[in-house]
Amino acid sequence: MTIDPDLQGRSYAAGEPYAVGREAIRDFARAVKATHPAHYDVEAAAALGHADLVAPPTFAIIIAQRADAQLINDPSAGIDFTRVVHADQRFIHHRPIIAGDQLVAELHVDQVRAMGGGAMITTRAEISTIDGERAATTTSSILVRGEEQ
Amino acid sequence: MAVSTTTLEVGQQIGSSTIGITRQDLVRYAGASGDFNPIHWNQAFAEGVGLPGVIAHGMFTMGAAVQLVTDWIGDPAAVVDYQTRFTKPVIVEDTTAQPGEPGAVVEVTGVVGAVDAEASTARIDLTVTFAGQKVLVKAQAVVRLR
Repeated sequence: MTIDPDLQGRSYAAGEPYAVGREAIRDFARAVKATHPAHYDVEAAAALGHADLVAPPTFAIIIAQRADAQLINDPSAGIDFTRVVHADQRFIHHRPIIAGDQLVAELHVDQVRAMGGGAMITTRAEISTIDGERAATTTSSILVRGEEQ
Repeated sequence: MAVSTTTLEVGQQIGSSTIGITRQDLVRYAGASGDFNPIHWNQAFAEGVGLPGVIAHGMFTMGAAVQLVTDWIGDPAAVVDYQTRFTKPVIVEDTTAQPGEPGAVVEVTGVVGAVDAEASTARIDLTVTFAGQKVLVKAQAVVRLR
């Protein structure tokens, strides 16, 4: 398979909303060994001024990777998922992600660079509430290894 | 929280942490994150694609490393920007026959890399190593100070 060079600049519209649940926050916090009480206890979160449980700083990866899946599973993109390596990741939080949020992500393919027989693809997910309030911007680069790499 | 731009100095240590990782941790992370790539739990599959063994999700390591910052600043919502590059895999050995034994150990240290008094933020630079080698590079978390 070859990567379509015209991918750069492509966008995928926001899909179905992701409902941020308390148990999802607790499960994710346990999974990254985060022990801060604001991830588990509503009163501890409230004491810090938050309306509900606070998601860990990398929780948005769940929503970002769902958005990325639209690109990776798009047959016209030509990406072989078994040859994908995660190269870099960034989270910019415009405001905390809190239990009860309904979030959608619009995906943008910002850059496609040929690397050997493969390609480095940089995507950006603009995550916002269903009411249009910006929550986070995530950027991710994946290296799709060529057949000889 | 007593952390403020007036008391922070560039180069100041914020602490360190040690993260023991088992294969079960990777299964748990797969479930919580939705990333079920078999290279993170299936030895034969990982070797079949040329890896030395099962490797941790880069996002697991990134997510676990930032707890040092969260615990230091006292509020997970204070982390307004967090980024890294993934340079080396963390290979997690199968220790199911030795309960309680980690299959890999990652070391994390953090120092104040920059202070922006005007924006009331500080950049924490994390050094994250496995088997003596950096696995995350340019791992930086920007925190908002109260």
